[in-house]
Amino acid sequence: MSTITEEVIDSASIAAASTKRRPLWQVAIRNPSVIIGGTILLIMVLIAALAPFLGTVDPTRIDPAARNKKPGTEITFRLDDGQTAKRVAIMGTDSLGRDVYSRVIYGTRVSLAVGIAVALIAVAIGTVIGLISGYIRWADGIIMRIMDGLMAIPGILLAIALVSIWRTGLITVIFAIVVPDVPRVVRLVRSIVLTVREEPYVEGAISVGTPTWVLMFRHILPNTIAPLIVQGTFLAAAAILVEAALSFLGIGIPPEIPSWGNIMAEGRTLFRVFPHNILYPGIFLALTVLAINIMGDGLRDTLDPKMSKKV
Amino acid sequence: MLDFIVRRLIAIVPVLTVVAVFVFLMLRLTPGDPAAVIAGDNATSDQIDDIRAKLGLNEPLWTQFAIWISSILQGDFGESYFFKKTVAELIAQRVEPTLALATCTLIFAVSVSVPVGVLAAYRQGSMFDRVVMGFSVLGFSVPGFVIGYCLIYVFAIELGWLPVQGYTRIGVNFWGFLERMVLPSLTLSVGFIALISRITRASVLEVLNEDYIRTARAKGLSNRVVLMRHALRNAAVPILTVIGLGIAILIGGAVITESVFGLPGLGRLTVEAVLSRDFPTIQTVILMFSVVYVVINLLIDISYTLFDPRIRY
Amino acid sequence: MSATGVKPVLEVRDLTVSLPAGADRPHAVEKVSFTVNPGEIVCLVGESGSGKSVIAFTVMGLLAKALKPTSGEILLEGENVLAANEDRLRELRCTRMSMIFQEPMTALNPVMSCGEQIDEVLSTHTQLDAGERRAKILAILGRVKLPEPERIYASYPHQLSGGQRQRIMIAMALVLDPVLLIADEPTTALDVTTQAEILKLIAELQAGQGTGVLFITHDFGVVAEIAHRVAVLRWGQLVEMGPTEQILSRPGHGYTKMLISSVPSITPQHRGVRKDGITVLRTEKLGKTYSGKAFFQKARVVKAAIDVDLDIRKGETLGIVGESGSGKSTVARCIARLIDPTEGKVFLGDTEIATMSVGKLRPHRRKVQIVFQDPYRSMNPRITVGEFIIEGPMNFGLRKEEALARARKLMETVRLDPNSLDRYPHQFSGGQRQRICIARALAMEPELLIADEAVSALDVSVQKQVLELLDEIRQRLNLAVLFITHDLRVAAQICDYVAVMSKGRVVEYGSAEQVFGAPRDDYTKALFAAAPGRHWEFGKFATA
Repeated sequence: MSTITEEVIDSASIAAASTKRRPLWQVAIRNPSVIIGGTILLIMVLIAALAPFLGTVDPTRIDPAARNKKPGTEITFRLDDGQTAKRVAIMGTDSLGRDVYSRVIYGTRVSLAVGIAVALIAVAIGTVIGLISGYIRWADGIIMRIMDGLMAIPGILLAIALVSIWRTGLITVIFAIVVPDVPRVVRLVRSIVLTVREEPYVEGAISVGTPTWVLMFRHILPNTIAPLIVQGTFLAAAAILVEAALSFLGIGIPPEIPSWGNIMAEGRTLFRVFPHNILYPGIFLALTVLAINIMGDGLRDTLDPKMSKKV
Repeated sequence: MLDFIVRRLIAIVPVLTVVAVFVFLMLRLTPGDPAAVIAGDNATSDQIDDIRAKLGLNEPLWTQFAIWISSILQGDFGESYFFKKTVAELIAQRVEPTLALATCTLIFAVSVSVPVGVLAAYRQGSMFDRVVMGFSVLGFSVPGFVIGYCLIYVFAIELGWLPVQGYTRIGVNFWGFLERMVLPSLTLSVGFIALISRITRASVLEVLNEDYIRTARAKGLSNRVVLMRHALRNAAVPILTVIGLGIAILIGGAVITESVFGLPGLGRLTVEAVLSRDFPTIQTVILMFSVVYVVINLLIDISYTLFDPRIRY
Repeated sequence: MSATGVKPVLEVRDLTVSLPAGADRPHAVEKVSFTVNPGEIVCLVGESGSGKSVIAFTVMGLLAKALKPTSGEILLEGENVLAANEDRLRELRCTRMSMIFQEPMTALNPVMSCGEQIDEVLSTHTQLDAGERRAKILAILGRVKLPEPERIYASYPHQLSGGQRQRIMIAMALVLDPVLLIADEPTTALDVTTQAEILKLIAELQAGQGTGVLFITHDFGVVAEIAHRVAVLRWGQLVEMGPTEQILSRPGHGYTKMLISSVPSITPQHRGVRKDGITVLRTEKLGKTYSGKAFFQKARVVKAAIDVDLDIRKGETLGIVGESGSGKSTVARCIARLIDPTEGKVFLGDTEIATMSVGKLRPHRRKVQIVFQDPYRSMNPRITVGEFIIEGPMNFGLRKEEALARARKLMETVRLDPNSLDRYPHQFSGGQRQRICIARALAMEPELLIADEAVSALDVSVQKQVLELLDEIRQRLNLAVLFITHDLRVAAQICDYVAVMSKGRVVEYGSAEQVFGAPRDDYTKALFAAAPGRHWEFGKFATA
């Protein structure tokens, strides 16, 4: 009777038993998907931050003399001080003579800003509403009806509707993408709250007289962090795609701002002759979103294994 | 059974009410006089007054809503001053390409993604599985318009096998219709296939871990029977659910795909309406797409009873 | 040990099954040998982690991929199934060897009718035509004593009770008269009365057909009830094997002795009943009605507890026993005010708390503490044991140092190392966690301690220790204890008074000796009559 033996050795729990407990984030950053996706994303962040130093020129400068040049053409730039300089436009120029390379590099800023902003704002708003909904009975009915209603409008369409209400601009676009995302976060947080509050350890905390707000922050909220990081990652990826789509359709960010969607929108008319205007921003866009999605998959597998069974 | 359907029907009333309120409020949230916004830039003040009277804009907000919703329910969606037609006419004109595109995509995407997903689950961890999962992440990440232009470039411009853009009505020339549907449907399918193959794989994998699958194996059934008869039928409900939810992606994707391929459908109409700030059209299109989306999901809900006896009643 | 002249149906020789790298031991099963003869029921007994289920799955060839049989032989009527290929194994399953599982609720495919599921066995393994198959299925449904075979044939699993589903499983397993039936804890998930019926059915069918049965269980009551021979396992090794009577009364190995003597006796101890204690808790016509409100749906009303009158005095343990769905946990949760009672009163001392508002209730929360069933979900995995224990006292204004000092003392009380307060829950075993939960409850200096199936998830040896600890604490602190359990043996050992609940009502209520010794209510009588191994006095070993 010396030792207590309760190691469960049925075949199902072997895997769980064999992994040593380590903080989740440590497991996450060792996941190959997270490493690959994270590295590409880091490069993109660096490109965005260092855009002026990467051999770019002013991405908004119009040069009638250098319109529609194919990639690799050498063109003469007029600089601010009136001097001229020759350089090779490695991605060509668009129909207004703007340097596509510079526009693509600067476009990284817009896309990353939209992705990060949308994810953060949607998660923040959604978490607050989700907590309220999961914890306050009478509010739950009303909130969830509204959320169901919002979810009934296909996401991009809702964003288009919102963009049409206000003047176009970066803030409008971000907000228009946030609104359709909020119900998804609310549902996630609410379902976690509803599940966790039934857990014996939460009931135990209630019975030792723990006040509701402590209950919420100490015992319930920490359970939402990992799923929210995962969800936020996927929201960021989707947001970047939606922004590009809106701009591509001409109803997103104002055309003078260099975003990937805008570059492609501009390249549509002459696509048959000059496909590079769509190809290069398209590659950057796909690569960025791919990186975030790969990272999201890795995060989900490590941080939120229950969810990875579902999706 | 009837009881179940009625309950489901009643359950969508609050959802559609929220949608209607939102769509109604859209116009009221726009800066400026709603009547002037509707009439457009070239309107006379008489026209604006007419609109104001018709919409009851001098009445309190809820009366305005009542007027609006009752005319909607009677099939009067208002008039597009930009297109100089009633919205109903406009939509009737534009519905065919969108319907055709959505149907072709749905049929193609489902018939590819479900078998692929099942096979990937069955051979979990194999080369095939990894390739499928890889393509699925890629499918989520490459935007539809990039795919569309790539397909146009390769198949229409370089190879010249298919027309670049445009639409031919089914009734006019069926072959021409098919020719012009191939690339748009393919484009729109990519994201949908990515989604459904992933969900199919995940659902089948989850079912394969269930106790009754172990029972089926203990009965001495072959792997194929276990998979097809026991696993797939149980995985059907989550797969159907996601196909239903995926309709939203299909609708959103249609807006983009129609723009890329110059299809004169509802998606293209939406963009044109937004660009010209034609609010009666925007409102109607959004309302209509939402109703379609909700009703399709309702039908899918009801169809669950065919797959799962527990859901009946 | 095998009877001479009879060829065993199953012969396991030196079986070793390896665990994947990184597990806490190299082998799930190590060099295990035993036989099952025709018409014989052999029980494999062991606590969790003993490898008993692994053996069952190895025989069927249904082992998870991570586990690999590395040596030994499994001979089914002389044929080595370890050497058989996948096709051959499929032919053998359900024709020569069959298996039934622990969870009847999930073991049947929810989207196929029961008849179809049995039919699959016949259409896979026989050439019978549809009519013959149907006749055969209806016959076996009758043999497992399911009423109205025709109706059952067309039913879906969710329309049947747990016991009925297990009968379907048995019908499916035995429809082709296999020589070997493997039963993996087939009654563990069932209520005690259903368990008794299923055990009886298995024994009857098996005796009739001369089927060899390999019966996996952790419950010595079941062993005493059904087994001809017993094999005791620990950590994947066979400790000892012999005829049931011998193992139960003259075990040769210390481990077996320890296990058997840990089984609580169903005869209550004589404990002096003191009528003089102060009443800590009294309920008056306590009731809880759940009504599922939904739009345009028939409101579903479930009366989980009806007119429950109970009282507990200081230093006393009141047990509530009953089967699942009897309402015993509902009563406990109403008293702890984790749910709000819909009728009646709950007096804590002189204070009525059933209708008290949540805000006013808070100071009274300290007085009632509860320990839950599942040791793995009772503790927040993110906070240390120390923080877990001091949370309550600090809610009531104790300073952190004082609370920690109290926590250290309590860790000693529950016999755990006081220096492990900064460790996290996953570093403790289930039994240890249950001790920690008790310590946390005691830290509140409660007047009433509720144990809601607090030992039900524990292995029998650990269960014994926790029960002893609980009883010792009750005596020392003169604590009132409300003990909720489905296990009659546990109730008999720890309770002064017992209330038997059925369908939301208390059907019998009295001192443990009276209720166990001379039950009056028909339901109580049926319940006790169904307790497996009730005729066996465990732990009274004959001197070797």
